[in-house]
Amino acid sequence: MAKNVVVSRRRCPDGGDGLDLSQSDNPQQAHVLAVDDSLVDRTVIERLLRISCCKVTAVDSGRRALQYLRLDEKKSSGVDGIKVDLIITDYSMPGMTGYELLKKIKESSAFREIPVVIMSSENVLARINRCLEEGAEDFLVKPVKLSDVKRLKDNLMREDKYEGKDRGINKRKLRDGCDPSTCPPLLPSPTSDSSSPASSQSTSLNSSSPPLSQSPEPDSSSPSPHSSPPTSSPESLDSPTRKPKLINVD
Amino acid sequence: MDGGLDLLQKQLVDYVASLFNEFNQIQSLQDESNPDFVVEVVSLFFEDSEKLLNELAKSLDQQDVDFKKVDAHVHQLKGSSSSIGAQRVQNACATFRHYCDEKNIEGCLTCLQQVRNEYFLVKGKLEILLKVTKQSTSRHSYSQLHS
Repeated sequence: MAKNVVVSRRRCPDGGDGLDLSQSDNPQQAHVLAVDDSLVDRTVIERLLRISCCKVTAVDSGRRALQYLRLDEKKSSGVDGIKVDLIITDYSMPGMTGYELLKKIKESSAFREIPVVIMSSENVLARINRCLEEGAEDFLVKPVKLSDVKRLKDNLMREDKYEGKDRGINKRKLRDGCDPSTCPPLLPSPTSDSSSPASSQSTSLNSSSPPLSQSPEPDSSSPSPHSSPPTSSPESLDSPTRKPKLINVD
Repeated sequence: MDGGLDLLQKQLVDYVASLFNEFNQIQSLQDESNPDFVVEVVSLFFEDSEKLLNELAKSLDQQDVDFKKVDAHVHQLKGSSSSIGAQRVQNACATFRHYCDEKNIEGCLTCLQQVRNEYFLVKGKLEILLKVTKQSTSRHSYSQLHS
């Protein structure tokens, strides 16, 4: 019996209720730029983001995304007041792939700090690695689920509140269905962010990688200074193909 | 009285949805504040898919088949059917892509037929789902108006 038909109205904590009307008013809402050439996928991701209380701008190509960010113009921007908190893009798109878009964003001084998440229907390790090495925050295998988006949003909000080395701790706490207030506190992640070159990315990867068991034992999974949980860690609660395999990003 | 009917209606939707488990994900994205989501996304899927199927037929009908183009279309169809939850269409597309890789025209034509069949099967199911969903949401707004 399907239990998923939602009857009650979803409420966003900021007071918005997922309706378009509330989108423009609340400056505290995360603003996400979604890029996907598929109309169906764009509709779905937009909905997933709105349910997660994000303001969404959806475009159908990398070029449009850059246009939106004003990155296609010669003079560098950021002054135009376009504030984007997260960019989520499909990998395979005609014209400019998500990977190429990622590179362009990371090359721009104005926007390189914006986390970029890649989505792909293909769970190819080499592809995932390449994206992460280029600075992607995370890699989602399609079809994207609400839990994926919620996790992204949670990570995003946490980054606002905490700085630097604390990020590891707080992200570790956030698993599917794990309420920060009820999760037992974990020890600080043994990874120091400075230990690896793509530091912020690998931290994010670790935290947003497939949820490890939610046991409070802090060190069982982190023998090495890099602290990437062992590659053979148990698969997430979702189907194994959906989440990226754990990779040591060096 | 209205409450009872509402409940029955909801149970019907749930029951039908359970027959079509694969669409749970899409269904779960619909709620009172977005009562048209399922209809919207499914309609987009129909439009998109039928366009792609036509393109595929055309592309495979050429003298010199552009397999890259064919593969790109199949990839698109595979993606959207995966997002909707149309597993069988998605799987048929995966097979189709193999034949594209091999540049096997016969294989591709057979696959196209297969994909088409699966698509129309899922379309039928989705249309039932849409009907039931529409009924329940319109009933709901009716009862909201009158309560």
